[in-house]
Amino acid sequence: MTASLAMGQYGFYVWTSLAVFIVVLLVDTLAPLARRRRNLRELRARLARQENRRRPGTAPRNEPNP
Amino acid sequence: MANWVPLWLHRLGSPPVFYRFAGIVRPWALGLALVLGAAALYGGLFIAPADYQQGDAYRIIFIHVPSAWMSLFIYGVMAVAAFIGLVWRIKLAETVAMESAPIGAAFTLITLVTGSLWGKPMWGTWWTWDARLTSELVLLFIYFGIVGLYHSFEDRRQGARAAAFLVLVGAVNVPIVHFSVNWWNTLHQGSTVRLLGPSHIVASMLWPLLTMMAATKCYYIASLFGRVRADLIASEGGKAWVRDIALADDREAA
Repeated sequence: MTASLAMGQYGFYVWTSLAVFIVVLLVDTLAPLARRRRNLRELRARLARQENRRRPGTAPRNEPNP
Repeated sequence: MANWVPLWLHRLGSPPVFYRFAGIVRPWALGLALVLGAAALYGGLFIAPADYQQGDAYRIIFIHVPSAWMSLFIYGVMAVAAFIGLVWRIKLAETVAMESAPIGAAFTLITLVTGSLWGKPMWGTWWTWDARLTSELVLLFIYFGIVGLYHSFEDRRQGARAAAFLVLVGAVNVPIVHFSVNWWNTLHQGSTVRLLGPSHIVASMLWPLLTMMAATKCYYIASLFGRVRADLIASEGGKAWVRDIALADDREAA
């Protein structure tokens, strides 16, 4: 097992390649998920502000504008 | 053809319908990509025999070649979507084209870095300015240019249209990358796997390669759908269906 993990004398090149492959795709997967959550959060904040402007003084309520 | 097919495609082109569809398909595509990718890596790194000339260094092929295929395949999908978006002004097609570019850039980057890591022990150099390597580097810059142009406009659709033109112009580079090993004298080896005619590879090395190809295809679907969902939330933020999603998520979180 350790012999096949060493990849002959080329362990560094093979395992670095694998690491690059995994890290780049991991970033590519996670970035849009974070972007979607951030956009939804900003949208909720904007809706709450609009609600507050429409009926000043009341606590922001989460319902679609009529 | 039965007319429910075009009808279904037409409905799928509507952002809220596609958002839901993509949300259902994405986890399955990602799961399939992980299973296939793990099988391919196990087969490629541990089961397949060492190469008679390159020893174990050749095992980089199981990452490098599927990534290189994807760097060109994604460009093809992006070009078709950009063309549809430009001609028929279908918003979803523009979004698919624009959100494909970062994934294509990711695979092109992987191709260049793993190629470099393969070149050092085999060729004795990290980099050489030959046709295959240079045209693949140009491909990376084209991807960067598309992403940059899309985000440099205040109006997203205007940005998407400008970048879609760049996609179509940049498409000339795709056949150059593909045929560069035949057209020019290069350090890079020729194609190992052929669609037409026999492949120059033994079966125990071929199946991990093809399995990884399927895994990267599934990964592309998963990543694209995740990105399109994020893009639609941002660009359709003023519409009722996105507001409903934002408020429904809020209730779930509360």
